[in-house]
Amino acid sequence: MTTVRIPPTLRPDAEGRREVTAGGTTVGEVLLDVAERFPALRARIFENGNIARFVNVYVGGEDIRTQDGLSTPVGDDATVILLPAMAGGVGR
Amino acid sequence: MTPPSSSSRPWPAALAASSLLDLVGNTPLVELQRLSPKPSVRLYAKLEGQNPSGSIKDRIAKAMVETAEARGELQPGRELLEPTSGNTGISLAMVARIKGYGLTCVMPANATPERRRLLELMGASIVESPADEGTNGAVQHALRMAEDDPRYFMPFQYANEANVGAHYDGTGTEIAGQLDRVDVLVAGLGTGGTLMGAGARLRESFPDLVVAAAEPLPGDPVIGLRSLEDGYVPPILDVGKLDRKLLVTNAESVAGVRALLEREAIFAGVSSGAVVHVGRKLAQELDEGVVVCVLADGGWKYLSAPFWAAEDVEEAMEKSVWW
Repeated sequence: MTTVRIPPTLRPDAEGRREVTAGGTTVGEVLLDVAERFPALRARIFENGNIARFVNVYVGGEDIRTQDGLSTPVGDDATVILLPAMAGGVGR
Repeated sequence: MTPPSSSSRPWPAALAASSLLDLVGNTPLVELQRLSPKPSVRLYAKLEGQNPSGSIKDRIAKAMVETAEARGELQPGRELLEPTSGNTGISLAMVARIKGYGLTCVMPANATPERRRLLELMGASIVESPADEGTNGAVQHALRMAEDDPRYFMPFQYANEANVGAHYDGTGTEIAGQLDRVDVLVAGLGTGGTLMGAGARLRESFPDLVVAAAEPLPGDPVIGLRSLEDGYVPPILDVGKLDRKLLVTNAESVAGVRALLEREAIFAGVSSGAVVHVGRKLAQELDEGVVVCVLADGGWKYLSAPFWAAEDVEEAMEKSVWW
């Protein structure tokens, strides 16, 4: 099973959980598994069948948008991190 | 002997710059021999902390202001306005002071007092945005202020193509002239300006270049409870032009800062630690090649930060935005 870390923003839609476990061999499968168990999350994470614009998804610490998107493979011991897109650089 | 008045300038001054603005850019590049994970991969650092006000943001502050002046969008008497509590504010303050503009910076109310003080000393006015809205809140607040008051001119680094242009013409062109080969470019992801501009320029010289972003993994308190609808992707950032985008924890960033200090005697800021962390990771993946790390600033502004002596670095850093 894969660990999926849920940001504070999305926890109300995941029964307040900080992380959940889910099954699947790709990010898309893992996130669909999460969405099935927490239906409110589906509309937040997905947008027209893809990852919503203001959600970033990472596998092994790398953004799936620079990998294979939802087809990015996920190993058994991998952690998937969901984060809201935030402005960087204000502190710089 | 009476010194000449500045208007007559009878002495040749071939080696003196006419103002700090002429000293922006042309930063040194140094090899990090002790930090490279393997001898066949050369790791280099572009030392942007050596810009006149101490960071890479001097490049974009100068470029954004001068581009607006050249286009007739910015005239004497206007007030510059920017959401920033950090280097961009300091760089804009330098440019504003030399050119005679006012500057207002919008920053979250929980920005460190040091940063606020430095900006005030450099002549900037400070407007606070709600602390719990973080950086996105500062951006939205500044956008509303600019809409409501035509006196303000907002360079807005997140959407200003002169930001990208400064790194294309400056950072990227300089690196292309400093090295015969570049396989990987690593820079911190904030506005995306360095990665987009320097990445595009270096790709022209080195078509197989990998452009890699080091991105901070924010702590829960920083993410807060903002809704996704408040999310923000800088308009100048095209993630499709990045080859890699890697999260770096606060602890990894600080380990990078420490490694730079202890092994190369380079005193750099938090984002530079993250960039070096990613640079070494990607160097490890190469059999041979050249990795260039863009180090955005020096460590001076972080001296009073809580992480130097903290046992739990993540806990000490999780409440603040570090870059």
